[in-house]
Amino acid sequence: MKPLSKTIENLKPSGIRKFFDLASTMDNVISFGVGEPDFDTPWHICENAVYSMSEGKTHYTANRGLLELRKLIAEFHRIRYDQHYNPENEILVTVGGSEAIDLAMRAMINPGDEVITMDPNYVAYTPAIEMAGGIPVIIPLEEKSEFKLTPEALKNAITDKTKAILINFPSNPTGGVMTYEDYEKLVPIIEESGIYVVSDEIYAELTFDGEFASLAQFPSIRDQIVVINGFSKAFAMTGWRLGYVMSNPHLSSAMTKIHQYIIMSAPTPAQYAALEAMTNGLSDVSHMHNEYMNRRNLLVSRLNRMGLKTNMPHGTFYVFPNISQTGLTSEEFCNRLVEEQRVACVPGTAFGEKGEGFMRMSYACSMDNIIEGCDRIEAFLASLEQKQEENPSNRS
Amino acid sequence: MNTNILLELLENNARLTTQDLADILHEDEALIKSEIQQLEKEKIICGYHTVINYNKALKNEKVMAFIEVDCTPQRHKGYDKTAMKIANYPEIDTMYLLSGDCDFLCLVQGKTMFEVARFVSDKIACVEDVRATKTLFVLKQYKQNGIVMKDEEDVESTRLVVTP
Repeated sequence: MKPLSKTIENLKPSGIRKFFDLASTMDNVISFGVGEPDFDTPWHICENAVYSMSEGKTHYTANRGLLELRKLIAEFHRIRYDQHYNPENEILVTVGGSEAIDLAMRAMINPGDEVITMDPNYVAYTPAIEMAGGIPVIIPLEEKSEFKLTPEALKNAITDKTKAILINFPSNPTGGVMTYEDYEKLVPIIEESGIYVVSDEIYAELTFDGEFASLAQFPSIRDQIVVINGFSKAFAMTGWRLGYVMSNPHLSSAMTKIHQYIIMSAPTPAQYAALEAMTNGLSDVSHMHNEYMNRRNLLVSRLNRMGLKTNMPHGTFYVFPNISQTGLTSEEFCNRLVEEQRVACVPGTAFGEKGEGFMRMSYACSMDNIIEGCDRIEAFLASLEQKQEENPSNRS
Repeated sequence: MNTNILLELLENNARLTTQDLADILHEDEALIKSEIQQLEKEKIICGYHTVINYNKALKNEKVMAFIEVDCTPQRHKGYDKTAMKIANYPEIDTMYLLSGDCDFLCLVQGKTMFEVARFVSDKIACVEDVRATKTLFVLKQYKQNGIVMKDEEDVESTRLVVTP
């Protein structure tokens, strides 16, 4: 057989895959490992998709997506986030935020271009850069600065070859957010260097204790920013695979060119579902938002009380507890936790080397599961302590 | 303390402990305890119930009926006096005063249809100022307190255990 693509052969397999294979063979697992809402898509949204199909709306749409939907997206972002995009030529509806990330990378990268991203980060960013022929440059994020991107780190990472930076706030896996004031300090650096910023804002609606901020809110660099968002997290619509990307018209046309060759148009029933979501779904979003906040409070309090130091995350549905004081590596901790207590958390290292010493827990699960899961983690920590007392030499 | 959130949490899950509630609301546990005691005393919290699907639990051993009751309101008292005469029967599970064709809507539970029918004709219909009743037996319950009653047991969740 002829060899396959070197780029693909050299891609690292996702660290989550390995853990999934382990956890999915077990019964009675309490899972904090799921990166999607536990809520079902609100019924009125599903119903509108079914109705659209019964009305024969089963054909391709415009490449960019239904204009009606793009207009609603533009309006939503104008009102909620003070982001201003023209639905005619600056918005493209995609197959999930994932496609949008891929499109942005492919549209802007020439071979050898550097793209800055963070560690820890969402598992798909580095591969997306590599598949488009770019060279990933990693900025490590620190727990002590609440996993924010600092101006110093950004400045140090930019070279002549830097084409773009790929950011994600509120962040999977850390739950870290950037405020308007945090971003303000980055603006001069971005403006001066002329780099693009691809900003994956899929968790924007899940911002707690403050307002969501975005670099697209700064007019001076507005044309350098690519905003990626979608329906998956805010409206509990992961399986519908619907996202969108907003940028200046030139870049938007380039991405639309790729999209029309590889996708044609995003699935039509999903677009009709999204129309309903944007028109009548805001109360669902706020209901889920409040529920997530209650669960987050419960989980963070419990973890800190049992001795796992956990920052209060201000966004997403993830917490990122520090497990280093147990003396175990992230992978050891998570493997033993699932084997001994049937609780699945994802090792921090699945999201990059800087994730060592942490694990990611998703609270997109019921309150009862959080309580039961925490009881089991407590039991696990107690058993660790007991073993260390029996064999003090094992303590690392 | 946000009492509305506290009530909402308990309404959705009365099994949350005071420590859980304290964690969620970022309050002291002792404060939660005293707040709940106060809410119970003021009859804002009136009880802690479990949502049971009797379609499954006790096959045909329990019947439910909605009773529409028409009555003549009394001078100065309105509907309340008659309402209390009806509501005090333990057979009445839930009762409302409504706008529209009937005055009261009562949910009655009994062991048999006959028992419910006799309760209506012997007790409710005979209450002073009650003009007419209409009994509507429940054939099947689909939803209660926001919870959809399902016939089948929980199937294994199709959600993946771990995703990025």
